[in-house]
Amino acid sequence: MVLKIFFPQCCNRADSGLLVGRWIANNDSAVVLAVIHYPFISGQVKQYIQKMQAQSGVELSVLGSWSLPKEGQEGMESFLVDLSTIFPHERWLQISRQVGKTGFICNILLRDQNGGAAQQKVMKKRDEEDEKTDGKDGEEEKVIFVHYEQRKVMLSELHPVQNGVPDPKTDPPSELRQMFHTVAHSQPLFFIDRYDDGPLKTTHWQSEGREGSIIVELLKQASVPLCMLITWLLSMWTWICNIRIFSWYPLRLLGSKLSTCVQLNYRTEHMRTISSTKPAAGHSDFMRKANIVVSILVDVALGLLLISWLYRDNHITMLANTLVPAADHVAKELDELLQWLMGAPAGLKMNRALDQVLGRFFLYHIHLWISYIHLMSPFVEGILWYGGLSACLGLTFALSLLSDMVALLTLHIYCFYVYGARLYCLKIYGLSSLWRLFRGKKWNVLRQRVDSCSYDLDQLFIGTLLFTILLFLLPTTALYYLVFTLLRLLVVLLQGVLHLSVDFLNSFPLFAMALRICRSYRLAEGVKFRVLCEEPGTALHLMMEINPLKCSTVVQTYRTPTYSCYPKDSWAALVKKLFVGELIYPWRHKTTKTD
Amino acid sequence: MADDAFTDISGKTISLDCQTHSSFCREFTVSSPKVSIGKVLVYTCSVWLVAYIVFFFTENTAVLSSAIIITLVGMMLHIHLVKVDHESLLVIGSLGIQVTSSYASGRETTTFIEKSKIKDIVINEAIYMHQIIYYLCVLLKDPSEPNAVSSVVPLFQSSKPRLNCLEKVYRSCQEILSKC
Repeated sequence: MVLKIFFPQCCNRADSGLLVGRWIANNDSAVVLAVIHYPFISGQVKQYIQKMQAQSGVELSVLGSWSLPKEGQEGMESFLVDLSTIFPHERWLQISRQVGKTGFICNILLRDQNGGAAQQKVMKKRDEEDEKTDGKDGEEEKVIFVHYEQRKVMLSELHPVQNGVPDPKTDPPSELRQMFHTVAHSQPLFFIDRYDDGPLKTTHWQSEGREGSIIVELLKQASVPLCMLITWLLSMWTWICNIRIFSWYPLRLLGSKLSTCVQLNYRTEHMRTISSTKPAAGHSDFMRKANIVVSILVDVALGLLLISWLYRDNHITMLANTLVPAADHVAKELDELLQWLMGAPAGLKMNRALDQVLGRFFLYHIHLWISYIHLMSPFVEGILWYGGLSACLGLTFALSLLSDMVALLTLHIYCFYVYGARLYCLKIYGLSSLWRLFRGKKWNVLRQRVDSCSYDLDQLFIGTLLFTILLFLLPTTALYYLVFTLLRLLVVLLQGVLHLSVDFLNSFPLFAMALRICRSYRLAEGVKFRVLCEEPGTALHLMMEINPLKCSTVVQTYRTPTYSCYPKDSWAALVKKLFVGELIYPWRHKTTKTD
Repeated sequence: MADDAFTDISGKTISLDCQTHSSFCREFTVSSPKVSIGKVLVYTCSVWLVAYIVFFFTENTAVLSSAIIITLVGMMLHIHLVKVDHESLLVIGSLGIQVTSSYASGRETTTFIEKSKIKDIVINEAIYMHQIIYYLCVLLKDPSEPNAVSSVVPLFQSSKPRLNCLEKVYRSCQEILSKC
């Protein structure tokens, strides 16, 4: 069996002493966490280790001894050999290193049944000398030294993240995961630095001095009152929202349809998540909160940028002055389109009477719409001015407001589409049913299939007459339906683009991406090994580096869930719906109530 | 250290380099055939010829500059994302297997598979267009079912060495895997 020893890089030059760490994976691997230097008192070391074990929850023990002999410390070797009898062990590692050489030498002592220590020589030599000693030992044990950078492994999180405690029987955690877990949870062990006046002197990544960041500490102090303020504001807002008048059905319906209200609800939920004063329980929780905070801040920053552009140089007045003429222009174009359809569009001959009826009906609607626009025109500038203020809550609000305004302004196109689609749909259903009658068949609702049926003569007569009428009126209705569906699809496309950008701003994990770019070791997909140059006579040395997560995996794992669900219909289903005349709603909001 | 000349499945010369770091740690590097100068010349000349013809008809210099930019960007993307220089397999007994692909621009992508997830390394056959080729692959274990194979990771996909090269690598790997 091969014994793997995970050795921190910071201890490569440490003075001689005791190795503290943990045995993992059925005692096949050892993770060295720190070196406790001579001079020490064994009782104090045992006490310290027990205290650390209680604080961190990691099963620490003394793994063995480390010796890097310097001048004036010749007696150290024998002293360290005798230590194995003081500390209880299954195996005792004696790792030594010569100054000037890069390789380590490791001896492993096993505890004999009689209580004495039997020694097994483990030196890895490639020369012939070893052949003689090989025959004496039973099984030779090989050693691999895996060097790791302690700070990076401590801060890193191995993906896929396992939330909660996995069942050790069905899915035992792998060796690497256990190693990462050990280092990450041994933080209390790294608190003593060399400026401490305690009884023990240790070497680990923080022994040159404890690291800390003033900004992080200040933010931690400031976060508690901030959270309380946000909680209070949220409670006021929830109280306002729960006033009786808002639960009146039409207002509730309107609220669920307008994307601004949906976005408002969504952001309120986010604020509720980040305003809790409990610290994050685990990596996923922390990342989610951080992503939400950064997303809100970026949103507000972009919104303020938009405001600074909008309220300068009379941009609002310019926009308001172009809006009414633009709406007028659209209405005029629709007018011309309808006049064209009422004539002989593209050379097709329409049924005059139906044509005139439908054309005049839609023309009257446009006339109503234009009068409404002209009525609203003095208020447009004011509406734009106050609406633009909503961008200070975030760019997503401004975009949702824009999407809602587009929906309101093109309400007539939506109405035309619904009328045209309903008419067309009725016609198609009528035609298909009468076609069945024409052939002598009937739709059996009970059995959901087509059955033959004997009709009376007068049924057949009326049926055939109606069928002929509907068939000859089909081209006219179909043309109107086609034109208005195309217009509606254009508007849906525009709204879709706005919704997609809102969704992108809501869900993109900016904090996770920034972490992946700047501190890539914190999000680890795995590890990679590099063979360090070997010297004959020493064990195999490997350098373990962290393999960061791919950017696409980062986005997939840490995406904030949003309220929009993408179109459920595939392209084929959409075309089929268009052909039959069913109303299409390609952008549906996920409703949380009907789950 | 052994350095032999083998060929890949299309007949181009590749080379295999075996390095033994220790009795249970070996590294195999297969280098892919290099890009031939002739191909690069043909590609660049054809793109610029087409650009000149279009310029002749449209008299717009933007066509020429866009052709130059397209060629440069295309070549940079090719050597950074597509052209694999060498692939290596590092087998460490009782730790696992590490597969590295190095691209022509120096970029390296590494995957490490732990020992507990590896069921075996085998040479598998595949039908590829009109030929049957052999490839070396790692069989991964399903954590819930120890006897089933959950997925297959093919090795040396860009260099595609032939059976003689694969046999050498296979024998060395099996020596190490059987020991630990």
